[in-house]
Amino acid sequence: MRLFLLMLLLISSQFAVSQNCTNTLTGTVVDLHDNSMLIDAKVTVSETQQIALTDFEGKFSISNLCNKTYTLEVYHAFCNSKTYKIDISGNLEKVFRLEHHLEELNEIILEGKHIKEITKTTLENKISKEELERNSAKSLGDVLNNISGVTSLNTGNTIVKPIINGLHSSRVAVMNDGLRMEDQDWGSEHAPNIDINAIDNITVIKGASALQYSGSAIGGIIVTEMAKTPVKDSLYGKTIATGSTNGRGGSITSQLTKSYKSGWYGKVQGSTKRFGDFNAPDYNLSNTGVFERSFSLRAGINQFNSGVEAYYSLYKVKTGILRASHIGGAEDQVRAINSAEPLIIEDFTYDIDAPYQDVEHQIARIKAFKKFNNLGTLNFQYGFQQNKRLEFDVRRGEDKDEASLDLKLSTHTLLLDLDSKISSTSKLKLGLTGQYQTNFADPSTGVRRLIPDYDKYNVGAYAILDKKINNQLLFEVGARFDYTYLDAYKFYRTSFWESRNYDTIFQDIVIEGDFGNQVLANPKLNFYNPSATAGVNYTFNDDYKLLFNYSLASRAPNPSELFSEGLHHSASRIELGDLQFNSETASKISLTLQRENNNFSFSINPYVNFIKDFIVIEPIEIQQTIRGNFQVWEYRQTNARLLGVDVNSAFKLTNNFKLNNQFSIVKGKDLSFNEALISMPAASTKNAIIYNNKKLNNLYLKLQSEYVFEQNEYPDNNFEVFIAETETTEIVDVSTPPAAYHLLSFNSSADFKLSNKTFLTVGLDVSNVFNTSYRNYLNRTRYYADELGRNFSVNIKINY
Amino acid sequence: MKNIKFLTLALISILSFNACSSDDDTLPTPVNEEEIITTVNVTLTPQGTEGTVITLQKQDLDGDGPNAPTFNVSGDLIAGVIYDGSIELLNETENPAEDITEEVEEESDDHQFFYTLNGGLDLTTTYTNFDNDGNNLGTEFTLEAGAASNGTLTFTLRHEPSKPNTGLSDAGGETDVEATFSLNIL
Repeated sequence: MRLFLLMLLLISSQFAVSQNCTNTLTGTVVDLHDNSMLIDAKVTVSETQQIALTDFEGKFSISNLCNKTYTLEVYHAFCNSKTYKIDISGNLEKVFRLEHHLEELNEIILEGKHIKEITKTTLENKISKEELERNSAKSLGDVLNNISGVTSLNTGNTIVKPIINGLHSSRVAVMNDGLRMEDQDWGSEHAPNIDINAIDNITVIKGASALQYSGSAIGGIIVTEMAKTPVKDSLYGKTIATGSTNGRGGSITSQLTKSYKSGWYGKVQGSTKRFGDFNAPDYNLSNTGVFERSFSLRAGINQFNSGVEAYYSLYKVKTGILRASHIGGAEDQVRAINSAEPLIIEDFTYDIDAPYQDVEHQIARIKAFKKFNNLGTLNFQYGFQQNKRLEFDVRRGEDKDEASLDLKLSTHTLLLDLDSKISSTSKLKLGLTGQYQTNFADPSTGVRRLIPDYDKYNVGAYAILDKKINNQLLFEVGARFDYTYLDAYKFYRTSFWESRNYDTIFQDIVIEGDFGNQVLANPKLNFYNPSATAGVNYTFNDDYKLLFNYSLASRAPNPSELFSEGLHHSASRIELGDLQFNSETASKISLTLQRENNNFSFSINPYVNFIKDFIVIEPIEIQQTIRGNFQVWEYRQTNARLLGVDVNSAFKLTNNFKLNNQFSIVKGKDLSFNEALISMPAASTKNAIIYNNKKLNNLYLKLQSEYVFEQNEYPDNNFEVFIAETETTEIVDVSTPPAAYHLLSFNSSADFKLSNKTFLTVGLDVSNVFNTSYRNYLNRTRYYADELGRNFSVNIKINY
Repeated sequence: MKNIKFLTLALISILSFNACSSDDDTLPTPVNEEEIITTVNVTLTPQGTEGTVITLQKQDLDGDGPNAPTFNVSGDLIAGVIYDGSIELLNETENPAEDITEEVEEESDDHQFFYTLNGGLDLTTTYTNFDNDGNNLGTEFTLEAGAASNGTLTFTLRHEPSKPNTGLSDAGGETDVEATFSLNIL
């Protein structure tokens, strides 16, 4: 570290004594074909060897130039480099156009470097490759937390599920390079099975307006994409290693890409991540380790008019769940909640014991595209996914090492879409999707199936049209229709079946047979889900934009909402679903005022989302069992409203200093019961000061403060329980949110050139600088333990 | 040409994947819960000639289902009588019923019963069986009925408690069984 600082000092002193020429050249590097911005283009001044990289807006600046003629070389990974002669006399601003070959050639892979909008009339938030690399050891949910309006529902600190504008799980679609992840996302403690090192950028769309992906994403859509491969002969790769003090572990990821001028390419990528028990400021969080491995292969050919790509990925993760969060009934819950520290604290270990999850996700996919002169581009995709989820509980006897949950979900997806430019100002996107899914719950667990065996068929069709009225105004409309057929075999407890009156309502779906105290039912359910979107994009005063979007989304109930019937051990409660649910329908209106300017940029995005037949789970009663009392939570449908605003701003103080601010708030209300919705993210604000000097080894320093308010709107679901040992009646406080908290974090990185083709980036990060003890309302283990304490991590990246 | 080949390959793979997934239409088999405890039977046998055998039962045949457990106490305790107590745990969703007590006793290090008195019931309990380390297990015990009184006696089985302990308050672990019976001493 000392050496690093010394080096910084040395380098900076060099610059301090440089020449007294004071002209500045600012420029924008754009694609010759469509004027889109090129990020990370390298601009080199031959005479002075000054180097600048373009930022997210394709902009760069080089200062300290004298009044003379310079030779500038502009280079971008996907373009041929170009040389310019520039006469400098005074400050100059200039646009540089590069021929970006791949933009035209490569339709298969959505561009990783380009800023390309998915929807035209909703605000999209991006996470760049650099940010992903900086967070190489983290999860998808952790990275998305950096976006305003995106929070997460956590189980401990390794199971992180994104929440978009207050909604999560089945209401958020995760698109993995064009294919919707089918990874048992109904579970609130099931994190997306994606290794962030396998992807190159992420776009978050808050709302359901991207109908080409899904019509059911009431919360929003997370689109992950992979960078395209250049059409030239090359071989390149990168390796990132991260080590962290908290959890005493780290991750390593490596990838290698080979490409040919003929258009053929291949890429191989692998990662492994291992952490032991993490620790809170005051104690070890026993059994919170994680072991994650992933591997992917990609090969294909891109030509001007057509292309094909094959892809395979394997993702495996074993995640420990805080031992102290596994408890019996309400009596145990009282003890656990009232205790200041977790009831089980053991010494640090890398071992992961029960309770834990062991998940494997595989994807095999083929994509192809073909351009037709009068028609447009036709895209085809077939994907097969298999998700195997094992959950291990604390068990007794011979079953001790057996999984309590063993699910295998296999999904085949077929996508066909046509992108056509029907006139110079309008574009039409048409698509068809088909999906077959089968879930198998292994009965050998000796625990009743949480999710039954089922087959699900889905077909969908959509059309999206965008029309440019003039340079300032653009309209977008879209519609989609999905049909879903679900055929399930579910064993119900006879007592439950009768208590719900299912024996009269559903008598014709009962399958005859002697199943002891259980009834076998064969529900066949049909869901018809229309969705639509309409929006306007209005540009004014050069750098201002006003976006308006209305979206209608409709989501069929998920298997958990339909079929739950029994004890959910990790939540210490009995959960009951309802076979009679219909789809929930959301109408979201979103407005965005945006200013994109070098000195002061901002976006303000208020929205309101009305959801009809919103499915919520709520406590209804206390049930006695042999193990003691359990709270019974039942799903019900209601009408809900979510109202919120997300604000972002960036203010440039000097050429190197920047201030960033984020603020989000969302209020959820159950309109039928006139009370607050449970598990709504608390208001939060993030403020950061960033120093970035491209000339100084691209030195990047960031100090960020995050303040999370106390959630003061929540339903009171507390209940009372009699404790025999003390002869008292105690309140089980499962409702009151934890206090507000403030966290400070520091990030830094610097780039070093090792050889012509080898670059090294070194980063040092500190999170929770003051080692603050706090709890997060949206962490399912918040009743039992504090969040993570201070963490130092070192991140080393080598590009070659 | 190459593209056509790939497309054909894609189609074939779809067909073959689908072919192998729609393999059988056999019905799923029911899961009999192997660990669930449906029944707690406590048998109190008087050591001397005075008094009769008393049984206490808590039974919940639908497990976590909506039906509430039933309680049954066969009679009253006699003041001054010492009873030998034994606890039997059953899973009656299986046929024949599975004896869970055996499992508990095999994993004696990971289990312990606790006896909690309430409401002025005058009796004392003593552990009579122990785990491999000599710490209390408590599937067997003695109960000495004191003066005439009434109240409740709660049997609590904890899984993975910290051992040794001074009682429920510092035992920790998870509750596997909790059964409270109203008793009279005559």
